[in-house]
Amino acid sequence: MAVAASTATPERVIVPKPKWRPLESERNLAWLLLLPTMVLLGLFIAYPFMRGLMLSVTDSRVGVPGEFVGLDNFRKLAVDPIFHAVVWNTCLYTLVTTIFKLALGLWLALLLNRTFKFKAFTRAFILLPFIIPTVLSTFAWKWMFDPTFSVLNWMLYQTGMIRVAINWLGDGDLAMLSIIIVNIWRGVPFFAISLLAGLQTISPDLNEAAAIDGARPWQRFWHITWPLLLPVTMVVVLFSVIQTFADFQIVYVMTGGGPANATHLFATYAYQLGVGTGLLSQGAAVSLAMFPILLLIVIAQLLYIRRVEVR
Amino acid sequence: MIEGEAWRRWVYFRIPLALFLIFLLFPFYWMVITTFRPDGELYRPWRAVNYTPFWTWNPTLDHIKYLFSETMFATWMWNTMFIALASTVISLFCGVLAGYALSRLNFPFAGSLGTGIFITYLVPQTLLFIPLSEIIRNYKLGDTPWSLILTYPTFLIPFCTWLMMGYFKAVPKELEECARIDGASRWQAMLYIIIPVAVPGILSAGIFAFTLSWNEFIYALVFLSSPEQKTVPVGVVSELIRGDVFFWGPLMAGALLGSIPVAIAYSFFVEHYVSGLTGSVKG
Amino acid sequence: MATVSIREVHKHYDDFHAVKGVSLEIKDHEFVVLVGPSGCGKTTTLRMVAGLETITEGRVLIGDTVVNELPPMDRDIAMVFQNYALYPHMSVYDNMAFGLKMRKFDKAEIKRRVDNAADILGIKDHLHRKPRQLSGGQRQRVALGRAIVRNPQVFLFDEPLSNLDAKLRVQMRVELKKLHQRLGTTAIYVTHDQVEAMTLGDRVVVMKDGLIQQVGEPLDLYNTPANKYVAGFIGSPAMNFADVIIAQNGSGLVAANNAIKIGVPEHLTAPLGAHVGMPATFGIRPEDLRIADGSEPSTQTFEAVVEVAEQLGSEILLDVSCGPNSMVASVDPTVRVKPGEKIRLAFNPKRAHFFDGTTEAAVRG
Ligand SMILES: Nc1ncnc2c1ncn2[C@@H]1O[C@H](COP(=O)(O)OP(=O)(O)OP(=O)(O)O)[C@@H](O)[C@H]1O
Ligand SMILES: [Mg+2]
Repeated sequence: MAVAASTATPERVIVPKPKWRPLESERNLAWLLLLPTMVLLGLFIAYPFMRGLMLSVTDSRVGVPGEFVGLDNFRKLAVDPIFHAVVWNTCLYTLVTTIFKLALGLWLALLLNRTFKFKAFTRAFILLPFIIPTVLSTFAWKWMFDPTFSVLNWMLYQTGMIRVAINWLGDGDLAMLSIIIVNIWRGVPFFAISLLAGLQTISPDLNEAAAIDGARPWQRFWHITWPLLLPVTMVVVLFSVIQTFADFQIVYVMTGGGPANATHLFATYAYQLGVGTGLLSQGAAVSLAMFPILLLIVIAQLLYIRRVEVR
Repeated sequence: MIEGEAWRRWVYFRIPLALFLIFLLFPFYWMVITTFRPDGELYRPWRAVNYTPFWTWNPTLDHIKYLFSETMFATWMWNTMFIALASTVISLFCGVLAGYALSRLNFPFAGSLGTGIFITYLVPQTLLFIPLSEIIRNYKLGDTPWSLILTYPTFLIPFCTWLMMGYFKAVPKELEECARIDGASRWQAMLYIIIPVAVPGILSAGIFAFTLSWNEFIYALVFLSSPEQKTVPVGVVSELIRGDVFFWGPLMAGALLGSIPVAIAYSFFVEHYVSGLTGSVKG
Repeated sequence: MATVSIREVHKHYDDFHAVKGVSLEIKDHEFVVLVGPSGCGKTTTLRMVAGLETITEGRVLIGDTVVNELPPMDRDIAMVFQNYALYPHMSVYDNMAFGLKMRKFDKAEIKRRVDNAADILGIKDHLHRKPRQLSGGQRQRVALGRAIVRNPQVFLFDEPLSNLDAKLRVQMRVELKKLHQRLGTTAIYVTHDQVEAMTLGDRVVVMKDGLIQQVGEPLDLYNTPANKYVAGFIGSPAMNFADVIIAQNGSGLVAANNAIKIGVPEHLTAPLGAHVGMPATFGIRPEDLRIADGSEPSTQTFEAVVEVAEQLGSEILLDVSCGPNSMVASVDPTVRVKPGEKIRLAFNPKRAHFFDGTTEAAVRG
């Protein structure tokens, strides 16, 4: 085997024909591995998205193919008072719940970041609202808000805060308040646990050093914890904003959009039009109207993440 | 941490935490208590003198019995379980392979594909359910479990891929290079070395995907129509409410029982679930 | 076992030229060490031999086979990585058996080979453990074991000892050397530690900026460095340099700057003749300096000021300043000098080096 190859004598060189191994090429292997994902996402995301766009420019109903009507559906929405209410409701719902979820979630995360007995246990229980099927837990809330049998009214009455029954889901504003409460309830655990994970990456040395420098707890939070937590916070907030903006289940169960359309969001209104009354095209137009706003949010997120990464 | 006097610990820590726990867990307590409360107590107005909301002295299994005798609750449970498991398996399969490709292989468009998948990760189900329902009907999948098994992966795969990318990136590349030098092909190196090393990540993605599909509502609501095909959330909504009449006892019993499988799965894998959750926002 | 030929090999990463035409013929059974500063392309070269990086230009032969197009699995090589790259989910036994399983050896043969390797490396008792239950030194042995069970044509090592603490590193270095003497497998070893290079290598290759500076046996590199870079890189403490101008002085030459004026040794006067009036660099190793006792001709001495004296027991390292240059002299441990003291240093003229002022190539007699 050992060829005493001296450069003087013309040497034997074998150039083997490599065995045919298509998957040793990174490119081929990558495409093969991505194939199932691309097929599924193509069939059930990209294609429906195109279908949705096409639906929204026709006047299809269930069973009726419909004809091209251009932007008529969107024009109708522009003058539809319910749609105006939907836009307002969705923005209000998203804004208010996000502020509360962030504030309460951060507070809870700071509490959980201490050491105490049963910490792991507590943390596990706190996530329950997030993992239990939303529809099912929302029913528990609906039952608690029930006008005649409300346990909340009972509690408020017993503590002397009210004298007469509150009709939680019968009044537009109160119904909005109710779904906001439920959404906050469902979202706080997600914020708390994600922010807790963020908090745990912050070295306690920093806080101790600041404490030695004489910073008060509030100053320490504001100058150390908060800035370091900001990247995680941004991501969590944007995730939550998208989910809340497109929320369906809580409203569907609690109020069905009522009373008198006072709590409709994009998704519930689209459902009512597209599935409830069979106006497919109108429904598709409503849910597609979410898209530009969501896109802005995603772009903001990507830009932000990139900025953080560059830093 | 520097501790102050005892009252500080109460005011700044114990009481707030207790209030949080009450706020977050009370609905579940309410669910449980309602499940076992007889109808006579349930429908007693809140101002009635003998209204005892937090306890019952006459626990009953009637609501649970009703659920299993008068509705197809057992079938719904089975449907939900089957659909959740099948879509989780499909999503894990796709997500693990795609995550591997996107995080460890060099190929043209890797970056833009990664971004594309990240964006689909953020597309909510409520954006597409109307055109999807049409497509499902056209493919003759309407009212079958397959309508959900095939569509749930659309929101599970991007999540699994994203999570797995994080895990795969953390595995040193020398591991795979060493395997290839040891005589493994790229495919074998992935199968025998990298994927086994990433098992904690796969568990996280799996448990998270399972709870997500168990939770899913709108697709199930729109794509399924006959009672024997329904999942728990949809079945409870559509079969336990007649017009304006809510069967609160069975409803709460259904909610309770329908939550138990996810709660059990969750309790076994809390750590994995939490790392999936935090991994999903870390990216 | 086989020869390895690297012929005019280049590597481009996008627009970065990492390896710029490296050629190296490695003989059968030889232990060759690639050494050089961080980022000089050692790892890249090694990875091209392994098949982990594509070769942009040039050819690599193992034996008489051109391996450019072969994937790593078909090259019959073994590699030990800096971080060991042990498979964390497999026991030590399975780690060592993996390569054999991939090559479809039968069970009994795998067991025989793994046991044998474990015996050689003294890890027999740990075969059932997981890598994370091992100490750094044991992990290192497992990584070696995984390489030797396969009995490959070539061993590749990429800084295998640099994760070990100093003491263990010396010990493993000796063991590696023994192992090579016993197995005789051709080996390419990458390090940035010149002591490792000198002690392990049959031949040492000094690289810098993607180019080979010099190839030779360790002593050749030490005694006759090809250029200023190699001279400064090999040897510890490093060679002292002083920039000088060469001038004619009667029949001889002198090299001078504003602090020293020394005679050019006779064997170098002829080759340095062409440099008269031009800048050059004078180089002398610390061990070739001593404190002048007055017996030397003044052309072989120069004056210096002691800054720090480091007593090492076997020698004293004197940090001295000599005009603009700092130098280190290794002197007899019995010498007593104080910081700030002026002393005269004598150098061994046979071991003086001169380097061209522009090309930095060594000027040789
Ligand atoms: N994948 C890559 N893409 C781009 N440039 C690379 C890549 N890998 C290495 N380089 C560059 O090539 C040069 C040589 O790298 P190499 O890893 O071979 O250095 P080295 O000599 O092994 O250094 P060290 O002693 O630090 O390991 C470096 O400048 C490095 O930045
Ligand atoms: Mg290197």
